[in-house]
Amino acid sequence: MEALWLSIKLATCVTAILLVVGMPVAYWLAYSTWRGKFLLESVVALPLVLPPTVIGFYVLVAMGPRGPLGKLWIALSGHGLAFTFGGLVLASVLYSFPFAVQPLIASFEGVDRRLVDASAVLGAGGLRTFWKVILPLSLPGVVTAAVLSFAHTLGEFGVVLMVGGNLAGVTRTVSIDIYDRVQSLEYGEANRMALVLLVISFAVLSVVYAVNRRVWTPWAAK
Amino acid sequence: MGGEVNAKMLTAQIRKEQRGARESSFVLDVSIEVPSGVTILFGPSGAGKSTLLDCLAGLVRPDAGKIAAGADVLFDSERGIHVPAAKRRIAYVFQSLALFPHLTAEENIAYGLHDLRNGEVQERVAAILQAFRVEKLRKQKPGEISGGECQRIAMARSLVTEPRVLLLDEPLTGLDAELKSAIMDDLRAWNAAKGIPILYVTHSREEVDALGERVIALDNGRVAGAGTPIDVLNAPRRKKLAQAAGFENLLTATVLDLRETDGVMRVRLQESVCEIEVPLGYATAGSRVQVAIRAGDILLATERPHGLSARNVLEGCLASLERRGTIVIARVDCGVTFVVHLTPGAVRALELTAGRPVWLVLKTHSCHLVD
Repeated sequence: MEALWLSIKLATCVTAILLVVGMPVAYWLAYSTWRGKFLLESVVALPLVLPPTVIGFYVLVAMGPRGPLGKLWIALSGHGLAFTFGGLVLASVLYSFPFAVQPLIASFEGVDRRLVDASAVLGAGGLRTFWKVILPLSLPGVVTAAVLSFAHTLGEFGVVLMVGGNLAGVTRTVSIDIYDRVQSLEYGEANRMALVLLVISFAVLSVVYAVNRRVWTPWAAK
Repeated sequence: MGGEVNAKMLTAQIRKEQRGARESSFVLDVSIEVPSGVTILFGPSGAGKSTLLDCLAGLVRPDAGKIAAGADVLFDSERGIHVPAAKRRIAYVFQSLALFPHLTAEENIAYGLHDLRNGEVQERVAAILQAFRVEKLRKQKPGEISGGECQRIAMARSLVTEPRVLLLDEPLTGLDAELKSAIMDDLRAWNAAKGIPILYVTHSREEVDALGERVIALDNGRVAGAGTPIDVLNAPRRKKLAQAAGFENLLTATVLDLRETDGVMRVRLQESVCEIEVPLGYATAGSRVQVAIRAGDILLATERPHGLSARNVLEGCLASLERRGTIVIARVDCGVTFVVHLTPGAVRALELTAGRPVWLVLKTHSCHLVD
């Protein structure tokens, strides 16, 4: 059960960070008219196509004691980043980035431009327009982003293995735990954990689809 | 009086090029003056009306020009001034109204008042809700409110901020005439005290006649005329403008002969055998002219009419009837197709159905020559 709690803790941290970091990025990608925008869009989508081992490998190298990130972290905190919970969070944020940013972009772009114009004409600056108009109307996208980030982090395996290793209570997440159990032929234990993951994933996806079917959209016209 | 008007007048010289997806590019190049009171910006769709309003509001940056409200410069390409939309104090009611769907009517109206004290916000919102007769809808969201009431709320939301200019982009489209004039009356009553310039965009000739004030006619990105509706619109010198101005019938014709003593000439319409009498114009027999006829100026009869002063009676076949709001658009094939506007009552009384033979009656002076 320790592994499950660790996974949930990791997924919660990653989701929170992704929402905070993802929103300005998504806002910029949705509204910028810069012609080179596609480059950043490609970077954001990279984790979708790269094998987790590739991301894990580069993150590991960067976080190592000779890597730029590792050096910085050691200078700041006095210890290394690789094979720690913090390192795992960082790697997971990168790995799940498109799962948070893409639904946000889609929902920001879905907001009627005239509502944004109306807000500006009524004297609201960019930040007020974002909080009062764009964000409330993008709520389904925000829920989707949060839920997908959470679920995707919960189920990741390759990146965790590369960056976090397999330290009980520190970096051994539920997917690694299942793998371990199968390796040591504890099929009953493995099944229990796998089933928990299956149920959580199903529940989470149901939430996403329900929100996008506007089952709970409060302002929908009757 | 003159000084008062100038202090509030909106003046703009705007040039804005719009590159389309294809090579067709559109250039808006206008110079306008909007004094206090209602000015109508009139033109066919695609004339650049919405682009012009977007430039005035600060949502679109012109390529060159100058915009000023009274003495305040809002945009000046030479001096590099571009006051952002949020700071212009120009209210703008969009065609789509753009009410915030997640906020109640009251919250929508209070949206532009965020830097006022709470008590003052309440007071102003209550006053404007009353002025536009929508108090009872305070707590409702736009999705639960009818079209005409949404239009009132959108106007209230724009005006509660005490703007110095009001831009209205066809805000009353789709409302019946009675509701339209009721809303306009409320708007005029509100503006009686403030006297701000109001620029009202429409492509409907009926609205121009109903509002009956200064008109700026826009055509293909240029100002085609400015002045009273009669001066600007009853002399259709431009083909597209004529169409927009309710000359739904725009026909090419060949001049057959001139009758100077009667002040008329006979023309043959397009390639048909249809001949009509039109006012004498600068033309010679055999030359081509354009004849513009308003759909509302054509009479329709179900039997061949007798004893009329009108010189043109054409036999044809009723091709189709299409109800649009309070008018019925009839298409009549007389060799050339005419568009005729009827009232739903007339259609019922005459038991009109597609396919039946009908006669069209055109007064000579309802046939306008367009160069």
